[in-house]
Amino acid sequence: MSTKNQFNWLKAIQLGAIAGVIGMLIALVGMVEEFDSRDIISGVFSMGWTMLLLTGIIAGYFSASHQTSKATSIAASGITGFIFSIFMSALVLIIENFELRQTFVNASPQLIKALTFESGVPNGLAPLTIAGTVFGLAGGALFALPAKIRKAVSLGLGMIAFLGLMEDIILVTIANFSAVRSAIGWMFGKGTASGLSILGAIVVFIVVTGGNLIWENKSSSINAKLKSMPANRQRSLRILGYGLLILFILYLPFILGLYLTEVVNVTGLFILMGLGLNIVVGFAGLLDLGYVAFYALGAYSVGVLTNLSGQLTLELGWNFWLALPVAVLISTLFGIVLGIPVLNMRGDYLAIVTLGFGEIIRILALSDFLKPHIGGSQGIVNIPPPEFLGVIINNSQTLYYVIVAGCVLALFISQRLRDSRLGRSWKAMREDEDVAQAMGINLVATKLLAFATGAAFSGLSGSILAIKLGTIYPHSFALLISINVLALIIVGGMGSIPGVFIGGLLLAGLPELLREFAEYRLLIYGALLVVMMQVRPEGFWPEETHKREFHENEQTPAQEAA
Amino acid sequence: MASILSVINVTKQFGGLTAVNAVNLEIAEHSISSVIGPNGAGKTTLFNCITGFYTPERGEIIFKNTRIDGLRPDQVTQMGISRTYQNIRLFANLTALENIMVGYDPHLKTNWLDAVLRTKRYYEDEKAAHEEALKLLRFVGLAGLGDQIARNLPYGAQRRLEIARALASKPSLLLLDEPTAGMNPNETGEMMRFIQNLRDSLGITILLIEHDMRLVMGISEQISVLDFGEKIAEGGPKEIQSNPRVIEAYLGRGAATEGMATASAKKS
Repeated sequence: MSTKNQFNWLKAIQLGAIAGVIGMLIALVGMVEEFDSRDIISGVFSMGWTMLLLTGIIAGYFSASHQTSKATSIAASGITGFIFSIFMSALVLIIENFELRQTFVNASPQLIKALTFESGVPNGLAPLTIAGTVFGLAGGALFALPAKIRKAVSLGLGMIAFLGLMEDIILVTIANFSAVRSAIGWMFGKGTASGLSILGAIVVFIVVTGGNLIWENKSSSINAKLKSMPANRQRSLRILGYGLLILFILYLPFILGLYLTEVVNVTGLFILMGLGLNIVVGFAGLLDLGYVAFYALGAYSVGVLTNLSGQLTLELGWNFWLALPVAVLISTLFGIVLGIPVLNMRGDYLAIVTLGFGEIIRILALSDFLKPHIGGSQGIVNIPPPEFLGVIINNSQTLYYVIVAGCVLALFISQRLRDSRLGRSWKAMREDEDVAQAMGINLVATKLLAFATGAAFSGLSGSILAIKLGTIYPHSFALLISINVLALIIVGGMGSIPGVFIGGLLLAGLPELLREFAEYRLLIYGALLVVMMQVRPEGFWPEETHKREFHENEQTPAQEAA
Repeated sequence: MASILSVINVTKQFGGLTAVNAVNLEIAEHSISSVIGPNGAGKTTLFNCITGFYTPERGEIIFKNTRIDGLRPDQVTQMGISRTYQNIRLFANLTALENIMVGYDPHLKTNWLDAVLRTKRYYEDEKAAHEEALKLLRFVGLAGLGDQIARNLPYGAQRRLEIARALASKPSLLLLDEPTAGMNPNETGEMMRFIQNLRDSLGITILLIEHDMRLVMGISEQISVLDFGEKIAEGGPKEIQSNPRVIEAYLGRGAATEGMATASAKKS
């Protein structure tokens, strides 16, 4: 009754304060200052400010969502933004008047300059306050927009930020294609200026936002048109689509150039591991934190089998293509061997023990005990690059095809296993182990098959890593790799195969591209995981449920009734 | 009638607590039998012993002339015993149809390689499992709900889905642990007819744990009463209703003597 039209002051202030603290943190860890010179829109808006903008918009959006009417929600977002800006102003004043640099290295005059638009205290405080309030209001405005437009606008803004960030990489990539370069060169800042040009930003926004809106309106009718086509036309269209996709994938390294292909390769190796861990954790629900062990086993197996350096006891000098299946087999066997002791363990216990296994493998690789055989801390060097049909695979563009082949194979196997009796047994086991067993599922076989398949993919990934690097050191197989692969599965969506690709691109690919963020990588990881768990615990691309009672072409009872 | 399941002198202890103490049970083929008793009497523990989830310390369990105590639950299921749970335990995030298909698993032969290469066996297995699941879905009256995620189904539907899943392994003995828990009298009556129909149309043997006396007395041919892990009575519904030890176990000693008095008064 009375609460219905009440203004939710508490939430507005609370969110403003939260945003303020986050904003202060972002500033104090150095992200604002460091990225101030890096422009998203050249000369107008820097990456450092983008972080603050994002904080303000999100706080404003949530503040608005707690109000009951449109007018109050806009007002609330303004108040939230204002409080956010008060915090930021307070930070500026504190840094100005107290010496914080003993503790906070980044609390420097540069930071004040960045935050006050170069005007310093007190002249810059007013613009700072206005900016913060406007950010909050922007969040509120975003909330007030209809859902479709909101999505399109966010996408447009996101695209500006993305292209602005990627400016130097895009420019380097298109440098080889002079036609493309002259066609879209105007979009980016002139000369050394980074980011998009103002005109470029406007065009990107209009194209992306408008395109999205048009697509939203038209997609259903396009789909309907596709559906109404005769079956053979649909089929040939689908084949055409797949054909184009395959051509694109095959041609990609030539578009991307050496550096970006290298990034894709790193991402590919992570995706390959992710596909394996997705079977173990996502399908079968067995939380394995020592997954890097099989990556190491694959890499070391290839290293030992192919090496001819004269430093190790074994001098087999096998061909890589012979060593590869053996390495995968060794990883698979170890997957089973390490799986046996943990058959009766669940959840946290399993996680701890597998964590231990992962570390044992790494420490063994590092040990003096095995040094004569696998090189100890010096690792294995000079792993010869393999040759395929006369082509020596020694750069990122040739290696790309090996990795794509590995990913396609793993994708193919994952998908087929998922849609089989085994996939159902894994999921049943994930849901309730005891009941799965009571339904007649052999837990030992089912678990070991999950461990073995996962280990095989990881071993394959490690084998390719060995020829990619040409050298293997124990420290390449740190616990953090296991954690990264697990995080990419969680972010993508547990048990979802497309999710592995999304997660891989986000958590392995993007950090490679955003080298400036390297220092803050773990901080951003942590923040992303916390936000994911709160806002979208099922991941970016959740596991889809298969509709099997009614085939797509069959009539459902509802349709019959209509 | 031939006995399909014999529980002989089975004892199960947890530390110092004897949950099931030297219990004997004979279940006739194609019968509907019940195990009743107050809370904590050891009924579910007995079920867990039969299905292989627990291994009894002493005694034997013989199913179709084969000893099954000490076998793993999946082996027991392969032999032809299937069960439901007191608190529904479906695979919550799988669809109704997938739940039933998991139940059909003991009849499938597809291995890892078959699944990856999609051999003839894979297609045959998938087709058989799918058809069986559709059939069972119709049988338990859930046709049209097969693509729903199990946890989104209404309570009664979940109960029936759990039975369908248990039936998918084509058991000759079905153990139902409190199939009407949380149901109103109307639903209970429906479940009673459903269980009778199960036995009559599928020709299987049913053993249930139940608290609802109307259901127990209405459909059981044989009732065994457990109290503090021991079997205190056995017989048809009439005998059990007038058995003083049963009344004592349920209502206390005072009620038992009073009950006896009224019973003897009626007799005279």
